[in-house]
Amino acid sequence: MTMQREVLTGKHLMQGDVACAEGAIAAGCRFFAGYPITPATEIAERMSRRMVEVGGIYVQMEDELASMAAVIGASWAGAKAMTATSGPGFSLMQENIGLAAMTETPCVVVNIMRGAPSTGQPTEPGQQDVMQAQWGSHGDYGVIAFAPSSVQEMFDLTIECFNMAETYRVPTFLLADGFIGHLWERVIIPPPEEIKIVERKKPTVPPEKYVPFRPDDDLVPPMANFGDGYKVHVTGLTHDEHGYPRTDDPKVQFELVQRLCEKIRKNADKIVKTEEFMLEDADVAVIAYGIASRASISAVRKAREAGVKAGLLRLVTVWPFPEKTVAELANRVKAIVVPEMNYGQIVREVERAAKETPVYFLPKLGGEPHKPSEIFEVLRRAEKT
Amino acid sequence: MTVTQEFEAHHPLAKYLRTERFPHIWCEGCGNGIILGCFVRALDELKIDMDKLVVVSGIGCIGRAAGYVRCDSFHTTHGRPIALATGIRLANPKLTIAVISGDGDLFAIGGNHFIHAARRNIDMTVICSNNFNYGMTGGQLGPTTPLLSYTTTSPYGNIEHPFNLVHLAAAAGAVYVARWTALHVQRLTESIKKALQKKGFKFIEVVSPCPEIYGRRNKFGKAIDMMRWLKDVSEIRHGYDPSEAEITRERIVVGEFVDIEKPTYEELLQKQFFKIQEKLKGG
Repeated sequence: MTMQREVLTGKHLMQGDVACAEGAIAAGCRFFAGYPITPATEIAERMSRRMVEVGGIYVQMEDELASMAAVIGASWAGAKAMTATSGPGFSLMQENIGLAAMTETPCVVVNIMRGAPSTGQPTEPGQQDVMQAQWGSHGDYGVIAFAPSSVQEMFDLTIECFNMAETYRVPTFLLADGFIGHLWERVIIPPPEEIKIVERKKPTVPPEKYVPFRPDDDLVPPMANFGDGYKVHVTGLTHDEHGYPRTDDPKVQFELVQRLCEKIRKNADKIVKTEEFMLEDADVAVIAYGIASRASISAVRKAREAGVKAGLLRLVTVWPFPEKTVAELANRVKAIVVPEMNYGQIVREVERAAKETPVYFLPKLGGEPHKPSEIFEVLRRAEKT
Repeated sequence: MTVTQEFEAHHPLAKYLRTERFPHIWCEGCGNGIILGCFVRALDELKIDMDKLVVVSGIGCIGRAAGYVRCDSFHTTHGRPIALATGIRLANPKLTIAVISGDGDLFAIGGNHFIHAARRNIDMTVICSNNFNYGMTGGQLGPTTPLLSYTTTSPYGNIEHPFNLVHLAAAAGAVYVARWTALHVQRLTESIKKALQKKGFKFIEVVSPCPEIYGRRNKFGKAIDMMRWLKDVSEIRHGYDPSEAEITRERIVVGEFVDIEKPTYEELLQKQFFKIQEKLKGG
């Protein structure tokens, strides 16, 4: 049966959450498991309507623990799978995000961030889960996370999330603040043939020769889906290349954890995306992502008008952290300004990469975004460094 | 020739098992090996396509069962096998799903997933090895530990009322509910066969002796004495009211409690899918 309305090619006025759902469908997502939570509920609502149209599965689970578990199961059964949540749900998902990292399960988790900690501010936006995205589950592992700053990017970067998840067999996050999730803007959805879609690497050898967790040169092992006849054993325990538990062998543990981290670090150049605005001759730079980057553009313009040579580095990827780009930038500017809707998260990474270059931090809590004038004031101070 | 090699060469069920993983981790006298044996016998008698079977387990002694069966298998986080199996099942309806796990995994940390999968009537067979305690961590109190029993975390006797698992499963909506003990090898095998062939959420509880840990603390004697106890106190009563089937030291009612038909989640979903597709074509 031919499926109807898979890609809604054309121009639309869309909400960020809805654009995310449409991006997922365009990327080939055919499994969504979730649990309602503000401000991400619209993604589940859209998926419940759309999955059945495109021959996919929408299932509302009993909680976020179950949602994340179901996503992992669906991915091993061959589906491109995703869930969407906000801070409190993201915390609950951490257990099985760790399982996804350990078992190298391609999957996408959308987090529409709100004010935190705990139940915090359900209806107010925030950027407080940035560190949790990388360090939320116990242990060491690599992840990929994108921070959209427009509704168009809610569509585009959701596709990118799926492509990255499938390429690197890693949980990949769309870390959007509640502003972007609830924003309505124009979205252009291209025809399907213009959308780049990546499928997971499958084994090219027969089952008796397949070693399920033996990596290729890119450190990523080809993945056989359940039902393909490869009879794969998957465990959250420390396992050898055959997938069997080897919890008492320090070498096996070291090599596995090292590879889970390095497959992202070593491929960082292929993953990381940043965007520059007026940076060529800048003396001071703003580094921002998501909603904070939009106010930063106005602040940079304002600074230029006032004779301050300012520019913006927008982080499209927050994990892996664009370390090289930030380090290079730090070498050629006097100071860096980091506005974030939290009490200091990515700024720590910036400080680490910037080394000697002074970093000015501009926190924002409560749900209101930064005002361009606030960022401008700090830029002016920073320039006098 | 080692015992494993000999088993591999001659045993008709060896092809269902990852014999390279043996010896298994279970203690002498444990019922888990018997349960796994019944499971693979059922697979053999049904001629199950091992390329299309997925065994999912959680954490605990019996949780290692997934790693011993030669098919696609997932050893999940603690308590989550049913939730993860739900994803596998819905994403590929051609697969047969069996969840094999323990009482603590399925009914304490994973209790919520159990009742909701049963309520949704997701097509899977759930086999619970109930050994009355957390064996792998050394014998702590669990959700099925009988009242006044001794465990390492109920040193003065357990004051929590235990779950009656078959009553819980029936109330949550399971279409097939049975209980056996590790002694009822043939009946358990038949029960697993029946469950694997039936559509919907099926639940089989197996009372499994844990002589090394639970039995020792509660003066059940040796492994063989625990088996004798199971023989003495179990009573086959098919169709018995599950709410009356509480396990006590004096009596264990076994048999089939529930065997009903009800549309599965997958069936209802498929119906809806065809309806929506027709509508989209029309409009």
